[in-house]
Amino acid sequence: MRNPLSNVVQEMKPSGIRKFFDIVSEMKDAISLGVGEPDFETPWHVREEGIYSLEKGRTFYTSNSGLKELKIEIAKYLARRFELKYDYSREVMVTVGGSEAIDLAIRAMVNPGEEVLIPMPSYVSYLPCVQLAYGVPVVINLKAENEFRLTKEELLEHITDKTKLLILPFPNNPTGAILRREDLEEIAKVCVEKDIFVVSDEIYAELTYYKERHVSIAEMPGMRERTVLINGFSKAYAMTGWRLGYACAPEQILSQMVKIHQFAIMCAPTTSQYAAVDALKNGDDDVRNMTQSYNQRRRFLLNEFKDMGIDCFEPYGAFYVFPSIKKFGMTSDEFATKLLEAEKVAVVPGTAFGQCGEGFVRISYAYSIERLKLAMSKLRHFISNL
Amino acid sequence: MMELTELRRLILGVIEKNSRIDVHELAVILGVTEVEVANELAEMEKEKVICGYHTLINWDNTSDERVTAMIEVQVTPQRGEGFDKLAERIYNFSEVKNIYLMSGGYDFLILLEEKTMRAVSQFVSEKLSTLEAVRATATHFVLKKYKDHGTILAEEHEDERMVITP
Repeated sequence: MRNPLSNVVQEMKPSGIRKFFDIVSEMKDAISLGVGEPDFETPWHVREEGIYSLEKGRTFYTSNSGLKELKIEIAKYLARRFELKYDYSREVMVTVGGSEAIDLAIRAMVNPGEEVLIPMPSYVSYLPCVQLAYGVPVVINLKAENEFRLTKEELLEHITDKTKLLILPFPNNPTGAILRREDLEEIAKVCVEKDIFVVSDEIYAELTYYKERHVSIAEMPGMRERTVLINGFSKAYAMTGWRLGYACAPEQILSQMVKIHQFAIMCAPTTSQYAAVDALKNGDDDVRNMTQSYNQRRRFLLNEFKDMGIDCFEPYGAFYVFPSIKKFGMTSDEFATKLLEAEKVAVVPGTAFGQCGEGFVRISYAYSIERLKLAMSKLRHFISNL
Repeated sequence: MMELTELRRLILGVIEKNSRIDVHELAVILGVTEVEVANELAEMEKEKVICGYHTLINWDNTSDERVTAMIEVQVTPQRGEGFDKLAERIYNFSEVKNIYLMSGGYDFLILLEEKTMRAVSQFVSEKLSTLEAVRATATHFVLKKYKDHGTILAEEHEDERMVITP
């Protein structure tokens, strides 16, 4: 029999997080700090709207690019929260989570052999998506001394004649780093000058704790026409299981993304789309309350680390901290494994998000303060015995 | 009336749910100094914005019997005795846990917590109804408490998330 598999797929590495997941899920009463989703349930009024849509029998496909009402609300939201203006009818589409939007954007824009810049550590799916599109992933290893921000110099160093696209994963999973307006201004200048497009994954845009709100690169001069903005409902509205995200881009790019979506997916789940309309209309207070809670937990963890003598830069986004464990003389993998064995506390090795995550672990604060307190006392015990 | 600053709002938001949190932890999670927190707390206590630090107890989960009753009261305010004066006569009874002046079909709503139903009926018949201004009362007994002070009293959900996700 011939090999039934595609070479590209075979060469793709499975997610590094998988191995660790298997160990942790076997363990009884492990205290996990390993999740990448909110601990809050979806606000009740949003769930109720989903239930109502089912009661009304709204169980049919929506148009490929999404429910008109939802696209209108998305456009309004982006105008209200950021300085972003998109035409809901031609420049907005609803996707199955932010993940689908990432895949669509890359496939719509990358020709075989073209290079895609991927800053790392970052979310696990950018690199495989580029490979599946026959593009060439070019990793930019972000540095702890820059607090894992992407600098203009790092960007310039990696640009070649073949560079087509830059993935901009900020606020960042797993580091919690954000890009400030002044960082974005510099990056934007380079992109315009070198004629590079950007896929800006802003799924954590609502979850920032800096004195200024999140800024999108699409707000920078000359960037709107070369940016695919990706966001969604999972993180801000605690709607991970609803699988709903969206992409906004100039019509030239977006119409091609809709084409792929039309053939591969058809449309995002209808129930979720109706619920999401309510999230955008009535959810601002929920988002603010959840963000306040995350911020309190973030401060709590940073204070604990300081107290324990663990180095950690102050992250201003998402719900992760990314402390350095280099001083304990172990790899990230060893540290995470030993911590799990000794104290049953699960953290994710930084290397699951790229080789430059070596020496760091990702700790999620999508947990109650009580839970974090328990975990930190165990971590304290662990490192005092090293 | 006290102007609420952002910090005061944040402090109240936290301690409304957890009055046991200490000043140190409050300062840490709000990103301010302990002195600032202590000052704000003292100020808000002084201004009667913070009126107490109570504990939410679900007596149903204990072997002790508690009866909660809501009593609607219609009154005819007497000359020289407005609603406030009347309310004062009622709230001074230690049995009265809450009392509110209401809009609508009756005037006061009283929340009473007693050990027995008999104690409730005694209060209504002997103390409340005998007040000259009280025209009528309607007593409702609470059968089951589902949510109190914003807290759902049923058992908590388990964390159903997968233990590790990217």
